[in-house]
Amino acid sequence: MAYSNKVLDHYNHPRNVGSMDKSDPNVGTGMVGAPECGDVMKLQVKVNPETGIIEDAKFKTFGCGSAIASSSLATEMLKGKTVDEALAIKNTEIVNELALPPVKIHCSVLAEDAIKAAISDYKKKTGAEVPAATASH
Amino acid sequence: MNFPIYMDYHATTPMDPRVLEAMMPFLTNKFGNAASRNHAFGWEAEEAVELARKQIADLIGATPKEIVFTSGATESNNLAIKGVAEMYAERGNHIITAATEHKATLDTCKRLEKHGCRITYLPVLASGLIDLDMLKEAITDKTILISIMYANNEIGVVQQVREIGKIAKERGVLFHTDAVQAVGKIPVNVIADNVDLLSLSGHKLYGPKGVGALYVRRKSPRVQLTAQMDGGGHERGMRSGTLNVPGIVGLGKACELCRQEMDSEAKRLGALRDKLRAKLEAELDETYVNGSMESRLPHNLNISFAYVEGESLLMGINDVAVSSGSACTSATLEPSYVLKALGAGDDLAHSSIRFGLGRFTTEEEVDYVAAKVIDVVKKLRELSPLYEMFKEGVDLSKVQWTAH
Repeated sequence: MAYSNKVLDHYNHPRNVGSMDKSDPNVGTGMVGAPECGDVMKLQVKVNPETGIIEDAKFKTFGCGSAIASSSLATEMLKGKTVDEALAIKNTEIVNELALPPVKIHCSVLAEDAIKAAISDYKKKTGAEVPAATASH
Repeated sequence: MNFPIYMDYHATTPMDPRVLEAMMPFLTNKFGNAASRNHAFGWEAEEAVELARKQIADLIGATPKEIVFTSGATESNNLAIKGVAEMYAERGNHIITAATEHKATLDTCKRLEKHGCRITYLPVLASGLIDLDMLKEAITDKTILISIMYANNEIGVVQQVREIGKIAKERGVLFHTDAVQAVGKIPVNVIADNVDLLSLSGHKLYGPKGVGALYVRRKSPRVQLTAQMDGGGHERGMRSGTLNVPGIVGLGKACELCRQEMDSEAKRLGALRDKLRAKLEAELDETYVNGSMESRLPHNLNISFAYVEGESLLMGINDVAVSSGSACTSATLEPSYVLKALGAGDDLAHSSIRFGLGRFTTEEEVDYVAAKVIDVVKKLRELSPLYEMFKEGVDLSKVQWTAH
């Protein structure tokens, strides 16, 4: 299978690899997928409680190159967004940005699920009281 | 070293230059039809075909008349299994095969199932071997054929063919073996192994693609087949179609070379394979060899690097040609059914790499590949949430995964 240059770039130079403290009240952790399905993504966001803006995002992914690229790209997209803006990210944006072929679309879906799971975890920690999205534009 | 490095000899082998040399005249001025009985062009072609028949027979302990030329092992498997099912339909309709067979066997059996045959798909042990007692128990008075491969194309596990042949003979059941991966690599003898039908292919033993053969026993018992292709009645009526003379010449030459060089080649490749394995295991924890190491082709290593997905590993070693049992490398989105049959779990199937060494593999290449794989596995484990959890002592089998 031929990979797009963007997938190769993220695979060779993954952005924001790592882990943050799961018990930090400002960190939301999402883990989606299953080993027997061949992909597991762990995505974490660190939210500034004052502004509701995602200040940091980290990932670790077990999966094919497209899954790694999808989650790497997701962390880039998340940084600087508000929690609600993050929830609005669609997998199709990842598909377009990485030029994923049809058999790899599930990787982008998984990345979207990981984003939602991480935000949901953060919201749970803060008692579902998420600061209203501060319009940035 | 030349890049990319080829280490996928189970998929196909490059043609030996000596094979090409033998074929060249038959691609050019010696173009006769081996079935032309009236002129020198035909005689010349026929002579070359008969020499090849002998070269193949000599490699597997058969007689030349027992060799039927085909387009390759897929056709040989189809002809053997369907040909027996049709010919011996009055005697019975039950065929025994194994879960780890090649698709050419499994899908042939599936088709026969639709036409009233009953098929037993034997499971395999964790070693990849079939359980001989289970085989014995599966045989009924309706069983007409046992089809078990000699050596597996993914895990390289060599079945106990001689014992299987003995069981088949005792019970009066025909025994077919898909020996594509074994012939020319390890000693194969149809008499000692009690084999009645054997499939082999040119391009797996340094011969050309598009040519293969089926050994069909002529004595005790004399095996008969119903032809699957109608036409001029070539190959003793078992396989019609003008013979692929250059391909056949190449297959013959390839078999001759294998017969001469197999012993030293197996020894050399076995040592290189063991070196590769030792290097990988010395540097990487949580690696698992899939299938028996004792009953295995000398040039095969199928190994899983836990917590690393196969396709991402292949991406990192893109100057090395190997294959993976991971679903992501295939169109089916299902991991290797062979590895699943071993019961190792889908997660390890997703993490598997098959290394196939061969005639032109050098020690330098093995060293390079080992270093590269170690480097990439380490990098991907840094990226792997599963490896992180494993290191934290989390029991991954107890985690509630959100399968999608």
